[in-house]
Amino acid sequence: MSLAISALEYISNVKNGTTTAEEFIAKTLDRISKHESKVHAFISINENALEQARAIDKKIKSKEKVGAFYGMPISIKDNISVKDGKTTCASKMLQEYVSPYDATVVTKLKSQDAILIGKANLDEFAMGIATEFSAFGPSKNPWNTDYVPGGSSGGSAASVSALECVASLGSDTGGSVRNPASFCSVVGLKPTYGLVSRYGLVSYANSIEQIGPIARRVEDVALLLNHISGRDANDNTTIDGKNQDYLGEIGSGIQDKKIGVIKEMSRGAGLDKNVESAFWRAVDSFEKLGAKIEEMSLDMVEFTVATYYVLTTAEAGSNLSRYDNIRYGYQMDLEGYEFKSYISKARKNFGPEVTRRMILGGFVPSAGFAGKYLLKALKVKSKLKRQVLEAFKKFDFLISPTVPILPFRFGEKVDDPLAMYMADINTVTANLTGVPAISVPFEIHNGLPIGIQIHANTLQEKQLLQAAYALQGTTSLPGAPL
Amino acid sequence: MIGLEIHCQLTNLQSKLFCSCKANYREFEPNTNLCPVCMGLPGSLPRLNQKAVEKASMIAMALNCKTPQRLGFFRKNYFYPDLPKNFQITQLNMYGPTSIGDQGKVSIEGKDIRIRRIQLEEDPGRLIYEGASERTQITLVDYNRAGTPLVEIVTEPDFDNPRQVRIFLNILSDLLENLGVSDPTLEGAMRADANVSIEGGLRVEVKNIGSFHDLEKAIHFELTRQQSLAERGIPVAQETRHWDDKRKITISSRSKEEDEDYRYILEGDIPWVVLDSKSIEKWRGSMPESISSKKERYITKYNIPVQVADVLSSDKYYSDLFEQAHTESNAKEIANMITTDLMGLVDTREKREQSKLSPKHLSDLIEIINNGKVTRSSAKNALQEIVKTGKSVSEIVSQTGLAKISDEGELGKIITEIMSQEPTAVQQARENPQTINYLVGKVMQKTKGTADPTLTLKILKEKIST
Repeated sequence: MSLAISALEYISNVKNGTTTAEEFIAKTLDRISKHESKVHAFISINENALEQARAIDKKIKSKEKVGAFYGMPISIKDNISVKDGKTTCASKMLQEYVSPYDATVVTKLKSQDAILIGKANLDEFAMGIATEFSAFGPSKNPWNTDYVPGGSSGGSAASVSALECVASLGSDTGGSVRNPASFCSVVGLKPTYGLVSRYGLVSYANSIEQIGPIARRVEDVALLLNHISGRDANDNTTIDGKNQDYLGEIGSGIQDKKIGVIKEMSRGAGLDKNVESAFWRAVDSFEKLGAKIEEMSLDMVEFTVATYYVLTTAEAGSNLSRYDNIRYGYQMDLEGYEFKSYISKARKNFGPEVTRRMILGGFVPSAGFAGKYLLKALKVKSKLKRQVLEAFKKFDFLISPTVPILPFRFGEKVDDPLAMYMADINTVTANLTGVPAISVPFEIHNGLPIGIQIHANTLQEKQLLQAAYALQGTTSLPGAPL
Repeated sequence: MIGLEIHCQLTNLQSKLFCSCKANYREFEPNTNLCPVCMGLPGSLPRLNQKAVEKASMIAMALNCKTPQRLGFFRKNYFYPDLPKNFQITQLNMYGPTSIGDQGKVSIEGKDIRIRRIQLEEDPGRLIYEGASERTQITLVDYNRAGTPLVEIVTEPDFDNPRQVRIFLNILSDLLENLGVSDPTLEGAMRADANVSIEGGLRVEVKNIGSFHDLEKAIHFELTRQQSLAERGIPVAQETRHWDDKRKITISSRSKEEDEDYRYILEGDIPWVVLDSKSIEKWRGSMPESISSKKERYITKYNIPVQVADVLSSDKYYSDLFEQAHTESNAKEIANMITTDLMGLVDTREKREQSKLSPKHLSDLIEIINNGKVTRSSAKNALQEIVKTGKSVSEIVSQTGLAKISDEGELGKIITEIMSQEPTAVQQARENPQTINYLVGKVMQKTKGTADPTLTLKILKEKIST
């Protein structure tokens, strides 16, 4: 029995008795204990996984009703709340925090008999593109452990790529699902803002982020989306996705669909030559699939990274201010501190990137500067949105490389925040406009993965997954050489 | 010039502003009325209480405010131990009018007090200083109150003196009670800060005022303080001062509160709430009749005297009783019974809660008075018994012998007895007929008010003149 199977294969194998949940989970746990020292995809492992698998096998044997996942192991990014276990956000601030409740997506997965195999590593509070900012040490890229796995959902993507689980849930604020998916050669989807409940996702920049599925196959991502999407009374920003079946008709193809190539993301100085040439080969593949390709321009893209960092730091400054070490956090002696000096002292426990963004977040919405930064960024955001929605009147999809660069070595970008931020240029547009976008593995260059990004219009996930599935069909990629 | 910032809790709502914990936090042990949302736990999101929007909107309409087309919520960012998220979800008009109401007005004694803005927001938790002093070492936090729906009403600086402030607050408190949104008598349900300035001086904000009674004192103190500074040529500084409850003075808070930058940002977790005219009209239609309209109706329809109508309409407890007890024919008598006989029996919150009186008791009492079965003064005694026990009117009349003595022979005997005990009074009554009332009073006393007063007078007059 191989662990390198898709979610759909796993489910049919368990259904037809080829394998059992217990057998698969046991093998997965073996794999984790064997490779975690190299990959470090997890912050914590579910110690009851085997027991849960046995319970599900028992249900199957006694012909009781079984949930859609049949005990399939799924990892959960450690900024998504799972009751009774730790939810650390890869931060010292929350290293002992135990959530008293389940995130809505977690409730949904549990009710469908998924096994939450462990909590995946991330950049502290999901701020970063390499998991280098995890307070508990970085995750490694299973394709080459000298290289970063991307971020911030680096642990999620690495765990899927390293066969330590079948699928994962990450969160995507500016590319945090798609970037590591691209770097680890797996599929990652950022759904339409509001399609998936954020209740239980620890907020970083709440007005633009979404929980998104990561898997080795496009159809697995569709299956996960079927089970995590939908309106939620606990999240007022959720919208009605009309309970679509994203998996059905996934093989419909993209004959005669109109695809726009976003010029600002697909050419130019910041784009790695190898990524560029791979991308244009993907354009050829789309053409061969019967799509009509046209190069187009979104001139607001130039301002998106600046806009993204102004908006997200302003929201982060507010969202993270609750971590004052009073209600949770690690112990610190309060004695002898006046309240505000205590707060400053307590906040020294944030890591360097969170600190950097908190400082910016205190500045950009402050009196006297809000007009120059925050309000201007909001204007760019709405102008960009108009531009993108206008483009979708003409095109079914807009495409680009997911990340303009190849995976890089540890430490290469960590001291140059601006260069690091520029790596987000292709992914932030989907967050700023709320539209869905997916990263599909396309090539391996010198052992390093390259992903292709496809955007679709708001709530057009079904079409989007069909296009991604079609592109996936043109590739034949090996698994990670771990 | 005086302006007010008044905070009113919507105490009559079932749940908090963003979760389903109880809005009435007062009955709980510390830190037991909590959930991930009102504790601001990582990952929790606010769920806007639609009832709170409806009730707050009614307050805005009752204060003649304009209603915006859409409501927006904002985060006011500041650090304080009673604030679970270190920001408060509130409203402001950063992108045009998006708070629950603005530009309202209330008339007091012919003067318009303008309402600048009304906003719906969450109450923080409560700090408890061990030993009840801010100088003690230990501060305890109780988050039960955190997330309680709060309406902040900001007036323009339109008050001339503390007396106008008092009148305004009484009107506001009656209005909130009449709308059924709040019980202003609950501790902490209504709080106010004042902005006080004199001509040519800067604005001083006075905070930490515990009661409306102290608010009047604080404003008075602050006006006097500022005037005496001005007389000595010392400029009044713009600052925040705290009311010292023990010494009854204001003290400079010395903090840089006025410089605090709240870094307001839009609360992205609560989408814009569109207030279409249909729901506004529906809410307006479901609002209870206003106090002034009630008063007007009592005067014109039932010919109730102005003062009685005033008392009756401004107190929701009384007007509710009246509405349920009265008919076209007995309205005036019901009104009188409430405002004269009943008032002393149910003048506090505790007494009202314990009272067993129902509207039917009132109409029954008026009926037996009109039938001539009992006297008015017997009825008053019966009322006391009813409030205490809730017994029916007929039961009380039969059990306690309140039935009116209208038997001429029986009454005659009592009167003869009184006359023999009071020879001087009888003599006086012969000389000056006005003083006969003293003897009527004695008869009433003897009969515990059950003697028919008309008959008593008639018999007395006959006996004295013979």
